[in-house]
Amino acid sequence: MTPEFMTSATFPASPPENRSWTRYFGFNTDAKVIGIQYIVTAFFFFLIGGLLAMIIRGELITPAADLVDRTVYNGIYTMHGTIMLFLFIFPVLNGLNNLLIPTMIGAPDMAFPRLNAVAFWLVPIFGSLLIASFFVPGGPAYSGWWSYPPVSIQNPLGHFVNGQGLWLTAVALSGVSSIMGAVNFVTTILRMRAPGMGFFRMPVFCWTALAAQSLQLIGLPALTGGAVMLLMDLSFGTSFYQAEGGGDPVLYQHFFWFYSHPAVYVIILPVFGIFSELFPVYSRKPLFGYVYVSLASFIIVGLGLIVWVHHFFTSGVPQWMRNLFMVNTMLISVPTGVKVFAWLGTIWRGKLRLTTPMLFCLGGLFNFVFAGITGVMLATVPVDIHVSNTYFVVGHFHYVIYGAAVMGIFAAIYHWFPKFTGRMPYEGLGKLHFLLTFVGANLNFLPMHPLGLMGMPRRVSSYDPEFAFWNVLASLGAFLLGVSIIPFLLNMVSAWVRGPKAPHNPWNAIGLEWLLPSPPPEDNFGEHVPTVISRPYGYGTGEPLVENQAEIERQLTLQEASA
Amino acid sequence: MTATTGQPATGEHPNHNLTGFIIFLCSESVIFLAFFSGFALLKTSALNWLPAGVDGLEWRMPLINTVVLVSSSGTIWLAERCMAKGNLPGFRAFWLLTMALGAYFLYGQAVEWGGLQFGFTSGVFGGTFYLLTGFHGLHVATGVFLMGLMLVKSFIPQNYAGGEQGVQATSLFWHFVDVIWIILFVLIYVWQRS
Ligand code: HEM
Ligand SMILES: [Cu+2]
Repeated sequence: MTPEFMTSATFPASPPENRSWTRYFGFNTDAKVIGIQYIVTAFFFFLIGGLLAMIIRGELITPAADLVDRTVYNGIYTMHGTIMLFLFIFPVLNGLNNLLIPTMIGAPDMAFPRLNAVAFWLVPIFGSLLIASFFVPGGPAYSGWWSYPPVSIQNPLGHFVNGQGLWLTAVALSGVSSIMGAVNFVTTILRMRAPGMGFFRMPVFCWTALAAQSLQLIGLPALTGGAVMLLMDLSFGTSFYQAEGGGDPVLYQHFFWFYSHPAVYVIILPVFGIFSELFPVYSRKPLFGYVYVSLASFIIVGLGLIVWVHHFFTSGVPQWMRNLFMVNTMLISVPTGVKVFAWLGTIWRGKLRLTTPMLFCLGGLFNFVFAGITGVMLATVPVDIHVSNTYFVVGHFHYVIYGAAVMGIFAAIYHWFPKFTGRMPYEGLGKLHFLLTFVGANLNFLPMHPLGLMGMPRRVSSYDPEFAFWNVLASLGAFLLGVSIIPFLLNMVSAWVRGPKAPHNPWNAIGLEWLLPSPPPEDNFGEHVPTVISRPYGYGTGEPLVENQAEIERQLTLQEASA
Repeated sequence: MTATTGQPATGEHPNHNLTGFIIFLCSESVIFLAFFSGFALLKTSALNWLPAGVDGLEWRMPLINTVVLVSSSGTIWLAERCMAKGNLPGFRAFWLLTMALGAYFLYGQAVEWGGLQFGFTSGVFGGTFYLLTGFHGLHVATGVFLMGLMLVKSFIPQNYAGGEQGVQATSLFWHFVDVIWIILFVLIYVWQRS
């Protein structure tokens, strides 16, 4: 933690001296440390959430409820969903934000480093709280990840400390942490960009992060407000959501989805950013329609805020509301489609390099298009009334979240791993990981669509034997996904410990982060922030990104040769 | 860890606290928006809005409170003006006056609560009333506390030499709390018929 290299006159910044690995276990304010803390913590919870998924699919491989008790089953899927969203996806994305935003815009750190660290440390705290709910009388929350009343305001055992109460507390803390993060990311992007980097010279990942974090700022408070009222109903005797006391249970659904629909865009927007960064690198072509791709993110923000009712068309909402929200939802496919065509236009006739990150991107894009189609089906009110609350919905959102988002996140991890660890990941293990993930995800989630169309409801532990065939396939896919994590973890650990040393730009990519040593020094460029002189993604054009680019790269290569 | 990490000595990245605070306030306003729209929805769809034995809210005392809070937005503006001119004693005087008005508002709120015939659990009417006024009151209390903090800081020599962002932020927060109250007053006390 010495401030030495901040004042050093070397240009570009010298590679970091050996820093102790123990800094990852304490309160550290360096965004690059916090980023890795987020990602590792997220994968810890990914393993727990994944274990629960294995139990769910183990139960569903046979029609009878024979593996776990029905009540336990309710708790397991509730915790699976909650952990995967609040303790895996959001933290892992914030990890990428921490690593990528400052380095991509040439900032030394986040705008508020201390706040950043506090936001991170809340994650293990509310994570432990949530896990602790397995051990309280009555077990964890069992009302699904959306916690609708009236189920969520039952407290049959009457204990003040109960699973549902802990769930609400954990989700509220997660909200606090996310707001802290969002304030930080937005301020950083707005105020700390490198000289010459106007908004339309900013990498698309930063655009999408800005869009996603704005959604957090607008949406999360509504969920928090709604959750406070739910907690009052559960623990302090009010009746905001209890029809018998004059309240309205559907009001909660409005609050919940006013946030949670935008939340799905909080998840997918940065993944759009990852696609937009990686396709040009591995196709050796500029991003097709950069300006439109950037702006589409904010059109998605605007539209994403006015579609929430599509999640409860069946909850007795008036017909005019159904019609309005159906049309709004369908409109979202326009900016989304713009992006998809931009990516296809980028890889079209490009010199494709099928590295692990590229494979994950291509697989993720494929799955995303499929999920978009089922999404538009669900947006259609008559179809939705037929399949709402069935496995069709479960299939849809797993295609987006696992098939597209998690695959995109893996792509990002393989792509930027060398930058932040200074080591190269292994290609063989990476490709094996891709194969298992792609096959596993499709085998797991495709059968859910016929199941839903046949009428199998979600959130049940036993079902009619006519559904058995597709369920067996889905469970096999799930176990394949369970196995797929082994080559990944093996790769990460062994590459970090003894992988080949990474040069500053192993993929021949264009971007400020690739003009830093691998791993970058603590304050990134320090006082020598390069001046940006062109748009990103100048692949194949030979145009430099920054002033003195050739000199910076020569110095970096020299440093690497002498190390 | 040195404090320079976020703000390198070159000064090319000035302090961003105010930007961050404004972003936070925008976000915070959505909680109130959620509560307000919940209130409106529950009220318009209620069969029996008022609990038995309650026939509306007394509005005189809250009106006095409204006047007090609105004028405190004026006094805090005067305080900021004084500081901008380098008149520290004037700043302290108006700042203290604002704190006093804020404290009076809280007192008035407490007196009103004490005299009410219904409680937090008296149906949706009681629930929303206490939720809205309570959550707003919490913000007023936070504002008064922040002002106290800034007042103490004003006695640190040289602290306010270059314009203090904490004062600006607190004052913004105070105007925010004021605007929220006006909406709340209209919703709860003016809009009594359902
Ligand atoms: C073209 C884009 C999309 C459309 C039109 C769409 C439409 C829908 C609709 C109408 C539903 C409600 C179905 C029901 O409950 O009856 C739904 C559910 C869901 N969608 Fe999408 N969606 C789209 C993209 C996404 C994305 C990008 C994500 C996540 C990254 C996502 C995640 C979810 C989730 C998590 C649910 C179900 C939540 C639950 O019920 O537990 N969707 N989608
Ligand atoms: Cu949605």
